[in-house]
Amino acid sequence: MSVDGAALGVRLRERDLSSAPAVLNLLESTAAADREQSARLLAEVSPAALGGEAPGHVIGVTGPPGAGKSTLLSALLHRWRELGQTVAVLAVDPSSRRSGGSLLGDRARIEFDPADRGVFIRSTSSGERHGGLAWATRSGAQALAAAFDAVVVETVGVGQAETDIADVADTVAVVVQPGSGDVLQFLKSGIMEIPDVLVVTKSDLGQIALSARRDLAAALRSLGRRHTPVLAVSSLAPASGIHELAAALADHRGEIDIGARRLAARRAGALRDFAVEYGEHGMRLVGGRSEAEKWLTRQDPKLNIPALFDCLRERMSERAQ
Amino acid sequence: MRTYAGHSTAKASNELYRRNLTKGQTGLSIAFDLPTQTGYDADDELARGEVGKVGVPIAHRGDMAMLLYGIPLDQMNTSMTINATAAWLLALYIVAAEEQGVDQSQLQGTTQNDIIKEFLARGTYAFPPAPSMRLIADMIAYTVQQVPKWNPINICSYHLQEAGATPVQEIAYAMSNAIAVLDAARERVPQETLGQVFGRISFFVNAGVRFIEEHAKLRAMSILWEEIGRERYGVSDTRHLRFRYGVQVNSLGLTEAQPENNVQRIVLEALAVTLGRNARARAIQLPAWNEALGLPRPWDQQWSLRIQQVLACETDVLEYPDIFEGSKVMDALVEELLQGAREEMAVVAEHGGAVQAVPYMKAALVESHRERIRRIESGEQTVVGQNRYVESEPSPLTADAEGGILVVDPAVEAEQIEAVRRWRSERDQAAVDAALAELARVAAAEDHGENLMIPTIAAARAGATTGEWARTLREVFGSYRAPTGVGEASGVLADGELAELREQVAKLSEQLGRRPKILVGKPGLDGHSNGAEQIAVRARDTGMDVVYEGIRLTPAQIAASALQEGVHVIGLSILSGSHRELIPAVIDALHEAGVNVPVVVGGIIPEHDIAALKQAGVAAVYTPKDFDITRIMRDIVGLVSAGGPNGDGASNGRA
Ligand code: B12
Ligand SMILES: Nc1nc2c(ncn2[C@@H]2O[C@H](COP(=O)(O)OP(=O)(O)O)[C@@H](O)[C@H]2O)c(=O)[nH]1
Ligand SMILES: [Mg+2]
Repeated sequence: MSVDGAALGVRLRERDLSSAPAVLNLLESTAAADREQSARLLAEVSPAALGGEAPGHVIGVTGPPGAGKSTLLSALLHRWRELGQTVAVLAVDPSSRRSGGSLLGDRARIEFDPADRGVFIRSTSSGERHGGLAWATRSGAQALAAAFDAVVVETVGVGQAETDIADVADTVAVVVQPGSGDVLQFLKSGIMEIPDVLVVTKSDLGQIALSARRDLAAALRSLGRRHTPVLAVSSLAPASGIHELAAALADHRGEIDIGARRLAARRAGALRDFAVEYGEHGMRLVGGRSEAEKWLTRQDPKLNIPALFDCLRERMSERAQ
Repeated sequence: MRTYAGHSTAKASNELYRRNLTKGQTGLSIAFDLPTQTGYDADDELARGEVGKVGVPIAHRGDMAMLLYGIPLDQMNTSMTINATAAWLLALYIVAAEEQGVDQSQLQGTTQNDIIKEFLARGTYAFPPAPSMRLIADMIAYTVQQVPKWNPINICSYHLQEAGATPVQEIAYAMSNAIAVLDAARERVPQETLGQVFGRISFFVNAGVRFIEEHAKLRAMSILWEEIGRERYGVSDTRHLRFRYGVQVNSLGLTEAQPENNVQRIVLEALAVTLGRNARARAIQLPAWNEALGLPRPWDQQWSLRIQQVLACETDVLEYPDIFEGSKVMDALVEELLQGAREEMAVVAEHGGAVQAVPYMKAALVESHRERIRRIESGEQTVVGQNRYVESEPSPLTADAEGGILVVDPAVEAEQIEAVRRWRSERDQAAVDAALAELARVAAAEDHGENLMIPTIAAARAGATTGEWARTLREVFGSYRAPTGVGEASGVLADGELAELREQVAKLSEQLGRRPKILVGKPGLDGHSNGAEQIAVRARDTGMDVVYEGIRLTPAQIAASALQEGVHVIGLSILSGSHRELIPAVIDALHEAGVNVPVVVGGIIPEHDIAALKQAGVAAVYTPKDFDITRIMRDIVGLVSAGGPNGDGASNGRA
């Protein structure tokens, strides 16, 4: 017996935060009956049902393992709670290739008051899609944005992962620790898309953190992106730079056209799911990637990913006949 | 010779010490309870179930005076197993001596005070690494001047072996740790006293049952230590360069099954540290035969003391010069260990030294322990009475009512809570407030210019409590959770039973719609993480999603995590003896959160407590004799398959 997805969606829409565990339990399930209920849930929090975009700010936090992402989230979470904002964190850890199981360790770094109903932290494994985002994480973030003020998705990786996270996040923050050159190299060589905010952690380590920040800022300038903020933070007491980072994230959200960004992300997401499900063959049937992209822009902007996915599938079967 | 002791109350412990002193013991070794070790008073939420359990609760100078009543401190050599709160307990000791009319310059003894091994293995840390190292450096600087006969720190490798370290890891991490401490102290003491500081550093090591190799390890450590003294710190006085160590022999290998066999193990382990004069221990502590059952009673401890006495007084081990000198086998063993240790020390140095390398070393220990357990489970490593020669006649040793262990009266906690509240209400509050404000000021000063021992001793005199001292510093330094090390542990290959189990988990995942998810929780102050870590790693290896947040969580935290994570089953691990209080508390918290999933429990759970836990709603209980972890996993998978109240067995919380 599956739970009532629509009812859960309504609870989210009414900003009932206690629905969050059940929402994720449902969205993570791949059972056929649950998938159906998930679609109902998502329909209840789609732009159409909400009468606009979900109010929450979806933030992607990504970077190499050990960079200090989870500890940073702990500090940010306290800042947001101080400001009265409710926060959901979806932390994604890689699965073991050998067993498929996973050790979900981010939660241990995030300090929270168990009596605080305004905080929700959920760990998930990346599943088969290494470095990428599980379907449940993406739809989970979108759904929770209907109820929580801030929804943060933590993922591991540099290079590929942040393009994936850009599909779901309004703001992408890439987190690096001092002394690790990969991100700098990736930026310079264009392997990596430029994030909305760059964060250098562990500034308490002193000089090495300052120079990391300087190098990154210089690289961004040479790429013509002098306005992309580069912030240095320390997440351990006495914490520093956290208020500034919270403000920079909020500023970014204020600057962008949220509707346009999310619409583009929904369309890209639907096409990605479609490609995963039906492969090259399916893609050819809908006229190839660029044709499909164009076609998607002509669909109702209020449709959510599952609905757009269904449209693509219908188009495929029409054309197959 | 001394046995490690302390329990229930300062008064009861004082009586025990005085009894032991008349039996021929020549020093004190004080065990504190976990709240005292982690900086909480008895009435703190986290202290629940732990007050007076594994040691004595000491909240203020009144408790300390009671603990040491009638014991002449100018003649005592006192060893205190205290780390994060060492500065505070030493301050209380100094004040107690003052009250006896004994000047601090006459005091002799040791505070363990090794924080890196707390992060790696023992778990009684209170502050983040950097300020913890500062406290240690301040204590060293203070004692070198004011309490010159005191050993301010005892670098411990004992606990590393108990957490799974190989001999090479034990050597390398202990030496790296000592280097981190000396580097920090170097900045706080006058240059000309560095040799003296070096000479005051002693070690606390382990000796396992492979006693030849263990002896070689100790010889290797002496060589390395001297080398570090000469080369890194320019020490030349040979007295300062001597590797001084005390030892507690291995307990990890002591079994619950056929516990009488532990006596043989203990004797052999004692040989490792006495056989060769060139690397002989200065002090030895032996665990008791019933180590894996629970806390030893006075008679059990007496038996261990007698082992030492037989060895020292009846045998001839102490009569000869070094019996391994010139042995090619021994020299080769030592060389091999030295080489391995130097390589591993270089890795730690590459991470930026021991403080920065804590996550790396922790993961390496979990990995070594995973390998140790794999060998025992597969039968590659024999453990007599556990995985081989398991048949046994009924044991008369465990036949008595308590099952052969010491049980602490639960009334102690209530009494101590009452007592600490009374103390607070009767003291000069304004003086305490002022002393704590001064402590906070010195702690927060950016240049770290003043020694923290000064305001700490003043606060002890003023009547502040352990919890207040630690809270004041937590507010300045911030709180900290040590890394768990589990994420990095490599997976075991699936063969036989595990392969079968993985298939079962895959099927279960399809049935549930997602992977079975388990929360492994450590409620309370118990720092025994080995079991929880190995259960977590193995659960992942069977294909489950595992949430493990490390040690020291409140029941409310565990319940919140279980709810938010949507787990299908919860596994709790308690070894400290607080299961009777904490397991029902977690179950209540789960109910309150609306989480209805099966709960299993593991750890040191005496036979006669199992029924009560099941009554409280626990589905299954595991103890050290259940060493086959794959089998435990099979049970857990079975529990999840049987299903919970909701569709996929996980709780959705209360609507
Ligand atoms: C190793 C050890 C330590 C190590 C711990 C290292 C670490 N990071 O874990 C060190 C040296 C640090 C240590 C310290 C102390 N220890 Co100690 N320690 C032990 C010892 C020798 C072995 C425990 C162990 O790790 N076994 C190996 C693991 C794999 O086995 P396990 O945890 O039992 O797990 C198995 C089962 O129990 C079960 N299980 C356990 N957890 C879970 C969880 C789940 C979900 C499931 C399904 C199953 C399960 O499955 C596992 C597989 O077989 C025991 C005695 C003994 N021989 O058992 C004492 C013992 C637990 N320690 C004890 C004490 C008193 C202490 C100290 C308080 C001493 C002191 N005063 O300083 C400190 C406390 C530290 C703290 N912060 O809490 C007492 C506890 C007494 C009591 N219960 O009344 C014991 C029983 C020894 C004794 N007889 O006095 N200790
Ligand atoms: N010195 C210092 N260490 C930090 C800071 N933030 C995190 N760390 C440490 O870096 C390690 C990895 O942190 P974590 O948050 O788990 O990193 P993640 O893997 O990116 O999520 C942990 O040992 C943290 O204690 C910081 O600001 N300063
Ligand atoms: Mg993380």
